[in-house]
Amino acid sequence: MMPEIPSMWPALPEIYVCAMGCLILCVDLFVSKQARTVIYWLSQVALLGAAALTLSLLMTPAGMTFSGMFVHDSLSNVIKLATYLIVFFVFVYSRDYIRERGMFRGEYFVLGLFGVVGMMIMASASHFLTLYLGLELLALSLYAMVAFQRDSAQATEAAMKYFVLGAISSGILLYGMSILYGLTGTLDIADVRQAVARMEADDVVLIFSLVFVIVGIAFKLGAVPFHMWVPDVYHGAPTSVTLYIGTAPKIAGFALVMRLLVGGLEDLAVSWQDMLTILAVLSMAVGNVIAIAQTNIKRMLAYSSISHMGFFFLGVVNATPNGYSSALFYVLVYAVMSLGTFGMVILLSRSGFEAERLDDFKGLNQRSPWYAFLMLLLMFSMAGVPPTIGFYAKLLVIQSVIEVGMIWLAILAVLFAVIGVYYYIRVVKLMYFDDAEDNTPIGASLDMRVLIGVNGLVLLLAMPWVGTIIDVCGRAVAGIY
Amino acid sequence: MFAEHLLSVCIWLPIVGGIVVLATGGDQNATAARYLGLIFTIATFIVTLLLYADFNPHTAAMQFVENRPWIDAFSIRYHLGIDGISVLLILLTSFCTVLVVIAGWSVIQKKVGQYLAAFLIMEGLMIGVFSALDAILFYVFWESTLIPMFVIIGLWGGPNRVYATIKFFLYTFLGSVLMLVAFIYLYYQADRTFDIATFHQVQLGENAQILIFLALLAAFAVKVPMWPVHTWLPDAHTEAPTGGSVILAAILLKMGAYGFLRFSLPIVPDASHQLAGFMIALSLIAVVYIGLVTLMQDDMKKLIAYSSIAHMGFVTLGFFIFNTQGIEGGIIQMISHGFISGALFLCVGVLYDRLHSREIKDYGGVANRMPVFASFMMLFALANTGLPGTSGFVGEFLVILGSYQVNVWYAVLAATTLVLGAAYTLWMYKRVIFGAVVKDSVAALEDVTPREILFLGLLAIAVLAMGLWPFPFLEVMHVSVDHLLEQVATKKVI
Repeated sequence: MMPEIPSMWPALPEIYVCAMGCLILCVDLFVSKQARTVIYWLSQVALLGAAALTLSLLMTPAGMTFSGMFVHDSLSNVIKLATYLIVFFVFVYSRDYIRERGMFRGEYFVLGLFGVVGMMIMASASHFLTLYLGLELLALSLYAMVAFQRDSAQATEAAMKYFVLGAISSGILLYGMSILYGLTGTLDIADVRQAVARMEADDVVLIFSLVFVIVGIAFKLGAVPFHMWVPDVYHGAPTSVTLYIGTAPKIAGFALVMRLLVGGLEDLAVSWQDMLTILAVLSMAVGNVIAIAQTNIKRMLAYSSISHMGFFFLGVVNATPNGYSSALFYVLVYAVMSLGTFGMVILLSRSGFEAERLDDFKGLNQRSPWYAFLMLLLMFSMAGVPPTIGFYAKLLVIQSVIEVGMIWLAILAVLFAVIGVYYYIRVVKLMYFDDAEDNTPIGASLDMRVLIGVNGLVLLLAMPWVGTIIDVCGRAVAGIY
Repeated sequence: MFAEHLLSVCIWLPIVGGIVVLATGGDQNATAARYLGLIFTIATFIVTLLLYADFNPHTAAMQFVENRPWIDAFSIRYHLGIDGISVLLILLTSFCTVLVVIAGWSVIQKKVGQYLAAFLIMEGLMIGVFSALDAILFYVFWESTLIPMFVIIGLWGGPNRVYATIKFFLYTFLGSVLMLVAFIYLYYQADRTFDIATFHQVQLGENAQILIFLALLAAFAVKVPMWPVHTWLPDAHTEAPTGGSVILAAILLKMGAYGFLRFSLPIVPDASHQLAGFMIALSLIAVVYIGLVTLMQDDMKKLIAYSSIAHMGFVTLGFFIFNTQGIEGGIIQMISHGFISGALFLCVGVLYDRLHSREIKDYGGVANRMPVFASFMMLFALANTGLPGTSGFVGEFLVILGSYQVNVWYAVLAATTLVLGAAYTLWMYKRVIFGAVVKDSVAALEDVTPREILFLGLLAIAVLAMGLWPFPFLEVMHVSVDHLLEQVATKKVI
């Protein structure tokens, strides 16, 4: 009997990006060093094409393919579209940065694209194996990208740490999944859910496996106490790679949480709620407090990302669609803010100079009022001060914990947010109230200047459409039920 | 069309104006920026006058209402409207901003565009605070005002400005976040709406009311500021540029007092009654203790800052004795304090621009060199002490009258302000203005310029008009205050 050929249509964007990655790898062999810009343009075309394919799939009904290992639903579509957009910006911001540092090689973009494929697969996984496949594809691409500046001791050290800890965390996640397999006899997420529903919710082995799954997720997202790699990797990696790590993978992390915890293990919500609450509180506390002590902006942003993951978990802990869509909104907003902030770090850097110290932002208002204003918006948005969109993100996750009556958690969250405000407004203080130490003009290509302007202003001007974005998040999350 | 969106125009006209002023670029276009700033503030003032002219004082219902959906998923709406209480505060805001632009005309020389833009944006946001009828919209405006103020103090302030501005930001932000938690809690209690009028109706248990009251208190008490959370104010006032001090004293502080009227009293009336003794105690401490602290100040701006805290104590005292005189007196005191403290800060600004010192001891005998200025400052100093015939008298008199009906001792303690206020204001006035000219720097002083006469004169008219004929102010707010008193008297405990 002929095996049934699965429908390829739902996976078309993945197949396309994968094929483009291979094509670019081949093209790279034949182009001269001067003509290598074509690689960059091909990569951007790959992303745009993928966006077009995903958009054309928006209208088709949700469904599974590859024997139920791959799902196409509203959640996967939203996450994929956000990923293309973010990575598109990342490539624009990175282009001149990597060219000036001799990293403008085809592999850079190919790894970036394969990372995108990994995230897309994570978003569409409906099977533990698919999920793991996507996660590892992303992680392996990132390890190589961190080590891309192979002569830099700092970058190599960061890559080594990232690789070792990343491998351990993958192992832990895999171990959790294997226990689940032992208990339920299946790796299919929907089947696992049914099997778990038939079991006692306080089954010790089940909880045991859950702990491993949660630890794996916490490692990947960088939540306290599994955050140790975050500052070192953010700091050690070339800024363009930090930009990549600090943005799109966070959105993919949301997919990981949704597929594993909500799709597969929602019946254990009572147990994982407690665990995530602890992770959330610790992340908000440690991230916000330690960020104050940083003098390097990349490390500061690393700790800030840890605290943001804490806030993100607030949306998940209440285990309702309201909470999940709040978490999705939060993570999307965070990715945009993080994109802009690292973009500013890249913008201020130039050949032979990395604007890594906080002091490098001194007097930015004198050097360029426009960029200072954009950074001001980014910082206030990160801090969650209205009217920037960062406020609505915090509002949503906080209302979601109040909805389930955890007012103490909401109060803790807002208090940590106040602590966080301090180090963000310190950047504003440096830009506006101190005198510039160096007055080198800030140069950037036109597309970068335009995009970073859009990136900063959207935090303010998206205000009238916040409701629409929230609706999109709500519908995306509703799709997985 | 225009009339329906009058409130939106009041909010967005100055904000758009701020962006236009910013677009003039660097200081080479400073004059253009100044004229544009002036045009936009005057235009906004005219629009708010239209608001006042069309205002119907015979109804407690919200007027000029605009209500459209904004964030549907959480039924957050762009809902604006004003009653007799907020219309006065909006007028005060637009009036003071015009003065600030005139006062900074030749004083501010660096980053003029950014300076004016910050004040214009600030004006729009403050009008937004006074007209928002949706809790989240209110919160957005409320918190947004921190950003321009943070920049104003930090960029154009005195030597210790960075410390003062960060303290100001963190202090007020910390207070406000608890209010946000209270709003969200109310959202779920009020069946998923952030509409403030619905908050007024919602039934709440006793403990919930007290917790909500305390959460709101954290936000409003810091803003007012009430003793003992007032410590950010002297720093912020002292370091801020003159315009910043004026806006802080005249309007930002009023946002806190307004919060009590719009939120605390009607939403949690039972808790307000239960904790009234506590609030009155804090208010009287502000009046008496801070009055004594004011006596000891050597820095003129600090002195006025402390005097503001004492006067705001009167406002909160008036609110928590729950009778018409008290609340109306408190509101009149808010408006009057806006004029008087603004005027005193501008007076200090006039002196500071000449000698670059705020220390009382650096002056003495100013009257010999600046007679016109001395007479203006005399008027404002006397108004600050509550002289009959000036606006300062009306509010204080009404509050004392109201508190007398509740408890004689409240009235007695509150009345000490008449002594203390006179002591610290007139003593400062004597040391600065009177006496022989001993210092060469004072001997070289020149009297006020026509520009300075313009803004001091406008304020003098306001202070006298309100003092001699307060009826129009009382008439506008009377129905709204009665409605508020009805709400406060309603028991909400289930």
